[in-house]
Amino acid sequence: MTPYAGEPVTPYAREVVSGSRFRGAGIRIAAGFLFAFGLPFLALVVWGVWSTRSTNRFFPGPLTIGEAFVDTWVGRAFLDDVLPSLYRLGLGIVASIVVGVAAGTVIGLFRWLRELLEPLLEFFRAIPPPVLIPVAMLLLGITDSMKVVVIVSGAVWPILLNTIEGVRATDSVMTETADSFQITWWERLWFLVLPASSPRIMTGVRQGLSVALILMVISEMFASSSGLGYRIAYFQRNYLIAEMWSGILLLGLVGVLLAVAFGLVERRVLRWYHGMREVTRA
Amino acid sequence: MRVLSARRLRSTRKVLLGVVGLVGFLVVWQLIPTLGLIDPEYLPYVTDVLARLVEEFRDLAFWRRLGLTMTAWAIGLTVATLAAVVLGTIVGLVPLLRRATHTMVEFLRPIPSVALIPLAVLMFGLQMRAALVIIVYASFWQVFVQVIYGVADVDSVARDTARSFGLTLRERLSYLVLPTALPYLLTGLRLAAAVALILAITAEMVIGNPGLGRMIELSRSAGDAVGLYALVVVTGLLGLLVNLVFRFIERRSLSWHQSVRGEEVL
Amino acid sequence: MPERSTLLRVEHLRKIYESATGDVEAIGDISFTMNAGELVCVVGPSGCGKTTLLKCLAGLLPPTSGLVEMDGSPVRGPSPAMAVVFQEYGRSLYPWLTVRGNVELPLRHKKLSRAERDTLVTDAIEAVGLPHAARSHPWQLSGGMQQRVAIARAIAYQPEVLIMDEPFAAVDAQTRADLEDLVRELHTTRRISTVFVTHDIDESVYLGERVLVLSNSPTRVQEDLAIDLPPERDQLTTRALRRFTELRTHVYDQIQRAKLGQVAPQSAR
Repeated sequence: MTPYAGEPVTPYAREVVSGSRFRGAGIRIAAGFLFAFGLPFLALVVWGVWSTRSTNRFFPGPLTIGEAFVDTWVGRAFLDDVLPSLYRLGLGIVASIVVGVAAGTVIGLFRWLRELLEPLLEFFRAIPPPVLIPVAMLLLGITDSMKVVVIVSGAVWPILLNTIEGVRATDSVMTETADSFQITWWERLWFLVLPASSPRIMTGVRQGLSVALILMVISEMFASSSGLGYRIAYFQRNYLIAEMWSGILLLGLVGVLLAVAFGLVERRVLRWYHGMREVTRA
Repeated sequence: MRVLSARRLRSTRKVLLGVVGLVGFLVVWQLIPTLGLIDPEYLPYVTDVLARLVEEFRDLAFWRRLGLTMTAWAIGLTVATLAAVVLGTIVGLVPLLRRATHTMVEFLRPIPSVALIPLAVLMFGLQMRAALVIIVYASFWQVFVQVIYGVADVDSVARDTARSFGLTLRERLSYLVLPTALPYLLTGLRLAAAVALILAITAEMVIGNPGLGRMIELSRSAGDAVGLYALVVVTGLLGLLVNLVFRFIERRSLSWHQSVRGEEVL
Repeated sequence: MPERSTLLRVEHLRKIYESATGDVEAIGDISFTMNAGELVCVVGPSGCGKTTLLKCLAGLLPPTSGLVEMDGSPVRGPSPAMAVVFQEYGRSLYPWLTVRGNVELPLRHKKLSRAERDTLVTDAIEAVGLPHAARSHPWQLSGGMQQRVAIARAIAYQPEVLIMDEPFAAVDAQTRADLEDLVRELHTTRRISTVFVTHDIDESVYLGERVLVLSNSPTRVQEDLAIDLPPERDQLTTRALRRFTELRTHVYDQIQRAKLGQVAPQSAR
């Protein structure tokens, strides 16, 4: 292959020095694609082949599950089960973040408050969150708000404690700078305390997200007649294996989407932080 | 001397405030049903709950249930850790594998482990083995991810040095990789220990294999609010104990290492 | 030279820290006055309480006893009349704000119109030579440039006194020379009164119109030295002057004495 042969004439043609470099980029992209999707694809194929040979009825093949997925979740069930679940999850997450960050900031700013509440908070964080479901059922009955309360009561702790820690650890020189320029209280909160603790807050939120998802599922398995968690448990009890697997798949998708969404938000909120870390590491 | 006592005063103040906070919480708890804000049937008196706690501590059946829960916890944690260390080291050491498994890991990790409960029940019925599936799955990722980070974190200069001196693979593993990865491993272990406890109890609640979790669920369905609250307190104390022990281990074995890393739970 | 009135008066300032190992006397007894428009360098052996002095001046630390007076009224806390440039530029600039955002932040609560604020910010960023970097984040800049941002933030605040705490201790020699010239230039063009704390003798002589030499524990003013170098200064020619060398040697000598705890016998003249 001669250089430039068949190369389109573009203003950038001069930058494409040789065909081999162009080909190199193509290979790199192909390799990246292969690395990213090779193993999952392989796993699916192996699973598919294995399931056709195996007599184990608990592990249907990926195609069967795919079919069941479409049949089960596309349509009414999406409105009746998936959306309400996601709505409660979203509400719970938002409430956890608002409550956790607000309370964490206040507690983090006052040392006496921190010392007053520290043992209590340590204890509450240590309670396995699902244990709160029976308590919430007792106090609030089996209602939608009970489920949201359960989600909040579990997911709020990592956010709260990380916020407290972040606020407490605000750099002393930064605080002194704010002092010397007589920055007002609100400005201090908005331009110093919250951004300074945002890396810790985001760590807490990430932990809170996974707790929230777990609590959404369990609270529905426990006390519900609708929702994702309820559906999956229902399928299992009625030996609808492929449908159950499709539910697990859907929950996995929700988990992955939540992680991806969080990653996007985090990258935006903490752009300065990651940029700074990259610079100091170099 | 005066200043010395001022410092001691500060730490006493901290302890004192902590105690005040704790006592204040208990008093408020006691007052809520006393003043009739919430029916004692739903929020029992704190004195009753504490009395029940003492009662439970004297009861052999309680300790047996606690033992079952902690057995599931210990087996699950051990299996998960062993698997994660082996797989994590291999994947972490081979860049090719790391790239190839990345997507898979990023997809499998966020799957909430409790989603697997129905599957586990189908496979193993209402037994501890079903619970173990959930516990192992959840705590595996905690250790696995940390081990990969740790193994990949080996300083490139140190690695080149080792290579230039011709250290064998075994020597490199024990003198280079292990010390670098150890702090990560211990962090992962601490997180995994907390997660494993949560899922051990959760599994008992949902699946119904015997243990503290099932007792909680039974208390609720029997309307035994006092027993329910007492058990919730027990699980909290248990969680606190696990946290303290593993934090202690981490600090003791890493007194030379000052690392602050982001943590992930569950 | 315009007539100069007393701007800052420090009388018998004393600061004691209480700590676990006992009381530490950071400042023994310091008195001096400073006129409007002056550039005063404070130099002393390391650990002599320079930073403490500066924090007391800026109202960030309450003195144990004594008085700091600004324009005739005592300083009781941070005041809009003063702006501080800290040594640790990396921790004093907010990494989540851009250069412009950092400079603008202290002006937000001043009662200024949007346009006035913008002008002040732009002007200050231009004055330190960073108009091209206004939209960058501090961590994208070199150490010297970051310190320029901190200086821009301080002058945009329009203080009566600019207080600088070993601002160039953490940058390399070449950058340091550039920054010194920047401080000289800002001083000559804008007549900003400046207190410049440093441990570098050459720097204090090169920059200052006056040099206060501090003594070590208890911290006192060892000597208050007028620097009679021409106001137009230049890294090469000024430093090559014989008078510069004399003054430098004198300050060095004084600091050696200060370390030994001897009182100044005479002035340089």
